[in-house]
Amino acid sequence: MRRLHALSSCHVEEGSRAVIRKASGKTITIALAGNANVGKSVIFNQLTGLHQHVGNWPGKTVKRAEGTLVHGGCTIDVVDLPGIYSLSTFSLEERVSREYIAVEHPDVLIDVVDASSLERNLFFTIQLLELEPHLIVALNQMDMAEKKGVRIDVERLSAILGVPVVPTVASRNVGIDELVDEVISYVEKETPTPSPPPYGQEIEARIGAIADAVRRLEIPYPARWAAIKLIEGDEEVEGIIYSQAQHLRELVEGKKREMESLHGHDPASVVASERYAAASRIAAEVSAHEAPRPSIWGKIEELTDHPIAGYVIMLLVILGMFYSIFTFGDYSSTLLGRLFDSLKAVYFGGLGGGQVASFVWGGLIEGLIAGTTIALPYIIPFFVVLSLLEDSGYLARVAFLMDSAMHRIGLHGKGFIPLMLGFGCNVPACLGCSIMETERERLICAFVASLIPCAARSIVIMGLVATYLGFGWAVALYIIDFALIFALGRIAFKVAPGEPVGLIMEMPSYKRPSLKLTAQRTWFRLKGFVYEAFPIMVVGNLIIRVADMVGLLNLFQGWLSPVTVSWLGLPAATGIVLIFGVLRKELTLILLASIIGTTNFALILSPAQMFVFAFVVMIYVPCLATIAVLTREFGVKKAAVISLTEIALAVVLGGVLYRVLLLMGLA
Amino acid sequence: MSESIEKYLEAIYAFNEKGETAKNADLAERLKVSPPSVTQMTRKLAEEGLVTYEPYRGVTLTGSGTARAQKVVRKHRLLERFLHDTLGLDKGKVHDEACRLEHNLSDEAAAALCSSLNNPASCPDDGRPIPPCTLDHEDCGQCKMLREGAEPRLLTQLSNLKPGEEATVAFVRGGRAACQRIVDMGLCPGTRVRVVNAAPFHGSIEVSVRDTVLALGRRLAAQVYVELEDKETPAFQPHGPRHTVG
Repeated sequence: MRRLHALSSCHVEEGSRAVIRKASGKTITIALAGNANVGKSVIFNQLTGLHQHVGNWPGKTVKRAEGTLVHGGCTIDVVDLPGIYSLSTFSLEERVSREYIAVEHPDVLIDVVDASSLERNLFFTIQLLELEPHLIVALNQMDMAEKKGVRIDVERLSAILGVPVVPTVASRNVGIDELVDEVISYVEKETPTPSPPPYGQEIEARIGAIADAVRRLEIPYPARWAAIKLIEGDEEVEGIIYSQAQHLRELVEGKKREMESLHGHDPASVVASERYAAASRIAAEVSAHEAPRPSIWGKIEELTDHPIAGYVIMLLVILGMFYSIFTFGDYSSTLLGRLFDSLKAVYFGGLGGGQVASFVWGGLIEGLIAGTTIALPYIIPFFVVLSLLEDSGYLARVAFLMDSAMHRIGLHGKGFIPLMLGFGCNVPACLGCSIMETERERLICAFVASLIPCAARSIVIMGLVATYLGFGWAVALYIIDFALIFALGRIAFKVAPGEPVGLIMEMPSYKRPSLKLTAQRTWFRLKGFVYEAFPIMVVGNLIIRVADMVGLLNLFQGWLSPVTVSWLGLPAATGIVLIFGVLRKELTLILLASIIGTTNFALILSPAQMFVFAFVVMIYVPCLATIAVLTREFGVKKAAVISLTEIALAVVLGGVLYRVLLLMGLA
Repeated sequence: MSESIEKYLEAIYAFNEKGETAKNADLAERLKVSPPSVTQMTRKLAEEGLVTYEPYRGVTLTGSGTARAQKVVRKHRLLERFLHDTLGLDKGKVHDEACRLEHNLSDEAAAALCSSLNNPASCPDDGRPIPPCTLDHEDCGQCKMLREGAEPRLLTQLSNLKPGEEATVAFVRGGRAACQRIVDMGLCPGTRVRVVNAAPFHGSIEVSVRDTVLALGRRLAAQVYVELEDKETPAFQPHGPRHTVG
C-alpha cells in the first residue's frame, strides 16, 4: 500500500558520505515535522534557501511552506509542516499535518527534535511513528542541550527508535548536509518502516483487538494508529470508521470501559500517559545529565517573567518597538511619497494631462503607490521586529504576562501581540493573528484587531477632533473605541463557533536570533503580502476611480444621503469621502479638504459633526488592505461578515452618538 | 489536622477567595480570638508550609493550605445547603450550625451529601461558590462508586499552587479538546509539576514539567487537579509522621 520511489539514479557511497552526482529527473518529497521552537523552520530555510514559497493548505488558514533543493542529482521537494505537539484534532495545524503524513506519504519524514527537551519531543516522535512513515530524526539544538548539561547517545537513540538519527545545530548549519545524505540513502535502501515502541501489555492487547477489526476496512490511516485514535475518542477517525462499520463502536466502547476500570482514568489520558512514559523511558536511557553551565539567559528569563520588572521591561520593549517601526516607517514613507510625487510630475510632464494619462495614473498606478508608500514602510520593519521577538523567545513572555488582561476581551495572552500591532496598521495585525492556535481564536482576534485605531485613523482623529474640539474629545473617542472593542470581543467570544481554549504553550529558552533567518523570513512574508494584497488594492482603487468617472459615485452619494445626512447628520459631501476612505482612511480628511476647498474644516462641520465623522471613519469598515488580508486569511465570507458588521455598527452607533451629542449641547 | 487549624485555614480562605490577603486584625475579629494568638498561629501555619505571611500585608494560603481549606470549606457550604434546603433552617442560622458540624463530617459523607443535594454550586447565606469535588469523575453518576473506598487524598487545582510548590497531577477535568491539549502538553496523571512563576492580577502561571517550562492560563490550570503530599495521612508517610499538630 505504501509507495516508495525507486531512486536508482541517486547513489550514496556508504562510509565516505560522498554523493555521486548523476543528474536525473528523480524527485523525492520530504516533510519536516516537530514541536514549535525546535528550529524546524531554521532547518527548512537552511535546506531550501530562497527556493521556497509560502501558501495556504487547500481550504485552510494554515500556512504551507514548500521549497526545493538539488542534492546529489536528486531534486528534493521539502514541505515544512506546522509546529505541533500532538496529532489529535485540537488545532487545524494538527489535522493538516496528520492528513498530509498519512494520505500523501512523503518519501521521507524528518522529525525535528529539540535535543534540549528530549522527553517532550519524543512524545511527538512516538505519535509520528504510529503513523508508520519513513522517518528520520534530526536531533537539533545539540548546542542548547550541551549548555543545559545534557549529553545524548545518538547511536543508542537510533537503535531504540529503529530510525536514523542525525545530530544537527541548524542555526550554525551543522549537520544539514549529513541530514540530506541520510535522506537519499534512506530512500535508496528501501529501509523497512520502523515500528513504534509498544505500550503496556494490557493496552496493547486492546489496541490489537480493535486494530484487527479496523484492518478489514478501507481507510487512509494505518490500522494500529486508527485503533489508538478510536480509544482516544478522536471524532474525525470515529466518523471515518463508524460510517463504514457501525458495529465497531460497540467493540471500541467496550475496550474503553475495560481500560477505564483498569487504570482509573479516561482512556485518552491513559494513552497519553503511556506515550509519555515511553518517551521518558527512552529519554532517560539515552541521555546523561551534568550540571548545566550557568548562563546569562537564565537571569534574563527570571527578570522578564518577574511580576513587576517583567511588565516594566515589556512596556519598554513595546515602546521601543513602536518607536523604531514608526520612525523608520514615517521617514521612509515620506521619502517614498516624495519620490512618487516627483515621478508623477515627470509622468504628467512627459504625457501631458490627458484623460487617458490621468486615468492610468489615478486608476492603476495610484493603487500601487498607496500600497508601497503606506503599507510597506511600516510592514517591513514590523516583520523584522516580529521575527526577532519570535526567535528570541520574548513573544512567549509577553503572552504570559498579558494573558489575564486579554481574557477580559475574550482572547488569551498570545492575542496581545497582534492587537498591539494594530495601533500601527491593521494589516500586520490581521496577519499576526496566525500565532493563535485555533481558527476560532484567530477569527476573534482578527475581528478585534480590525477595530484598533491604526495610525491612519489616528491621523483623522488628531487632525479633526483634537485640533478643532480639543484633546479631551480625541481621548473620549479612543475610550469609546476601546469600550466597543471590549464589548465586541466578549460578544465574539460567545458567538464564534468552537470550544474556547485558554493559553497553554511551551516557554522557550531565550536564544540569539539568527539574522539570516530573520532576513529570509521577512522576505517571504513580504512577498506573500505583496502578492496577495496588492492586486486587491489596485483593483479596488480602479473600481472606485471608474465609478467616479462614469458618475456612479454621485449616484451613490444620493443613495447614501438618507444615511449620511438624515441619520448621521453629516453634510452630503461626506458620502463620497467615506467611499474613498475604504482605500485609505487618512484619505477621508485629505479628500474632504479638497472637496470643500479649504483645510479649515470648521467651515462646513459643526463640532458634533466632526466627532461623529471621526467616529464613523474609525469604525465603519476595515480599509481595503485589511479587507484584502482578512479575505486571504479567512475567506471571502468571513471577511464580508466582519466588514458588514463594522459598517452596521458605525452607522447605528454614529447616529445614536450624534443625537447624544446634540442632547449634551454640542451643536 | 486539629479543629482550630481548620478554622484558621477556613477564615484565611474566606479572605483569599475575594482576592484579599487575611490581615491579623480581621482574622482576630472573625475567629473571635486575640491578635497575639492569631500571630502565634499564623507563624505556626507558615512553618507548616500552609500559609505565607508578609509583614503589614497579611496572610495568603499556599497550595497546600488551600487544598486543606477547600476540604473544610466544601463541607461547610454543603452543610449550609443541607440545613437550609432540606431541613429548612433560616439563612442566618446555617453558618454557625455548619461551623460545628463540618469538622466531624467524613469525606465520604460529604461526597454523598453533595450527590444528594444535586451537586450545588454555591452556599445559601452569602452565595459563595462551593469548592469543587476532588473525585476523578466524569459525571455525578460515578459518585457512589468513586467515593466508597476512596483513599483520603489532598487535592486542589494547579491554579492554587504558589510559585515554588510541587505536586503530582491527579486528573484533568473539563471539555474534551482542552483536556486532550493539557494532557498532550505533558500534564498527564502521575506527572510531577512545579509552579515556577505566576503573573499578577490572576494571570497565567508558569509550570515546570518534564524538563521544560509551560505557560498555562488560569482557567486551564484550574482544570488540572493535583495531589499534594499529605503529611498527616499514613498512606503518604513512609518515614513516620514529621509533625505533630495540635
